[in-house]
Amino acid sequence: MDASQVLEALVSALVVAGAGFSLIGSLGLLRMPDFFTRLHGPSKATTIGIGSLLVASAVYMSVRGPGVSLHEFMIPLFIAITTPVSSHLLAKAARHRRLPGAEGWSEPDQPRNR
Amino acid sequence: MIGTAIQLALGLLAVSFALAFVRLLRGPDVADRILALDTLYVNAAAMLVLYGLQLGVGRYYEAALLIAMLGFITTVVLSKFLTRGDIIE
Repeated sequence: MDASQVLEALVSALVVAGAGFSLIGSLGLLRMPDFFTRLHGPSKATTIGIGSLLVASAVYMSVRGPGVSLHEFMIPLFIAITTPVSSHLLAKAARHRRLPGAEGWSEPDQPRNR
Repeated sequence: MIGTAIQLALGLLAVSFALAFVRLLRGPDVADRILALDTLYVNAAAMLVLYGLQLGVGRYYEAALLIAMLGFITTVVLSKFLTRGDIIE
């Protein structure tokens, strides 16, 4: 087993793992009982899924292409920055709407007039 | 081997699209639908990356990055509208 086969196996494993993580995230989105638990699946598993897909892609393109290819890492970086922000805003919206699952929490803040 | 792995991963991603789409149609609240839409956006970016990997072309990353950006902006704007009833105050 030479180096190219090892790299091929690595890329294949990362690709399948990334798609599997995406599938697990969507499965959690479909199967969890209330909104606040549903928020977990896409916001964590999908981030890891697309991250490992792009690591696979970076390895593959670096081996096949003319040089080290690093611009793929912009996408996982962007998603890792934006996913917590959008999840936070969605959780705030759900709490504002008093969706089931938030019983016993303290009262939502009153909207400030800005 | 990579070809088979990419086919398998495309299949898994298609199933994941279907699950998120079911939640988009069923979602008891608007927030669930927004979350499902966000998941669909991220899955679409992942699928574009996989397609570029299958073709061996590195030009699909820009499209995937654009889709991810649009998904983020959509989610932020929709949930801000849900919270405040207004987008730009």
